[in-house]
Amino acid sequence: MIYVVAAIVSLAGLADATYLAVQALTGETLGCGGSPDCFRVLGSSYARVAGIPVASFGVLAYFSVFVFATFAAFGYTRARIFLIVTIGAMFLATLWFLYVQAFLLHAYCRYCLFSAATTFLLSGLVIALPPGGDRSVS
Amino acid sequence: MKRYLPFVIVAVVALVTIGSGAMLYRAKKPHVLSIPEGKMAAKSGTESAHIRGNPDAPVTLEEYGDFQCPPCGMFATFVGQLEKEYDSRLRVVFRNFPLGVHEHAREAALAAEAAGLQDHFWEMHDVLYREQETWSKAPNARELFESYAGTIGLDLDKFRKDMDGEKTKERVEADRQRGESLGIQTTPTLFINNQPVDQKDRNPQGIRAEINAALEKKSQT
Repeated sequence: MIYVVAAIVSLAGLADATYLAVQALTGETLGCGGSPDCFRVLGSSYARVAGIPVASFGVLAYFSVFVFATFAAFGYTRARIFLIVTIGAMFLATLWFLYVQAFLLHAYCRYCLFSAATTFLLSGLVIALPPGGDRSVS
Repeated sequence: MKRYLPFVIVAVVALVTIGSGAMLYRAKKPHVLSIPEGKMAAKSGTESAHIRGNPDAPVTLEEYGDFQCPPCGMFATFVGQLEKEYDSRLRVVFRNFPLGVHEHAREAALAAEAAGLQDHFWEMHDVLYREQETWSKAPNARELFESYAGTIGLDLDKFRKDMDGEKTKERVEADRQRGESLGIQTTPTLFINNQPVDQKDRNPQGIRAEINAALEKKSQT
């Protein structure tokens, strides 16, 4: 059951990251939902890595979580390990982005906070997994 | 069937994500037109555009900017570097495009235009971008604009009057309408020799490459 919940939660993160990636690619970050703070975050140099919007990596990460959670829900044991590793990496990346917003930019972007909340929720679900894995569905 | 179900679910989600992302991209992508001949910036400042640099420069970088937009602020610093780098080969044109989402953007544009009426547009342009972070958060930005006007040596009474005057409002509105007619939705929107700079090229390397290409094209003609 936990894997199903993780898959559903990752879809919310995927939608958020896709929206942000499209905004970054079209230059819409500059409008940024009417929030100057959001705009300071998404328009900053931290919002891109080698010219690629960070949100694009978010799309990839949430999609990976969805794939691994789905396969884990269907009993693929190796998917569980990939899921834990991916969410662990996302958790660390989220801590970095929160640090950047709080201490370097002094501004918060609501879409980024939503993504952080999603990642924390996924991390909580992974921690809640019993040691042998969630076998309730498989 | 159960064996294939996770593959089917993943494929459906992938297709939905790609499809909705592509639709959103198409809907949001600004379709900025080239500047038609009748709307090109004149060689001298006879029209509403503010021009800095050699009037006969082979390359014109035209910006539609919002004084409260942080990327425009960063871009202003970069333009300063470009002006030094390309010297007489580049002229810069600025047009106002204050976005409604920015509380003080229109007032800042009016302040710049009011300074322009005393031939100090660029001095005010530079100070507005330099101090952007301060006045953007100020409850009464106008007081700060007036202090900047004092710093750059403007006649304060005239500046105050001009900020509320019809002439400045008309100039800001004319720029905004002109931008809208070109399909501009975001700032900074850039044109190099009247051709829009693509979003993917709105970075130092991309802009330099576009300027160099425009210079090369000019040298061939």
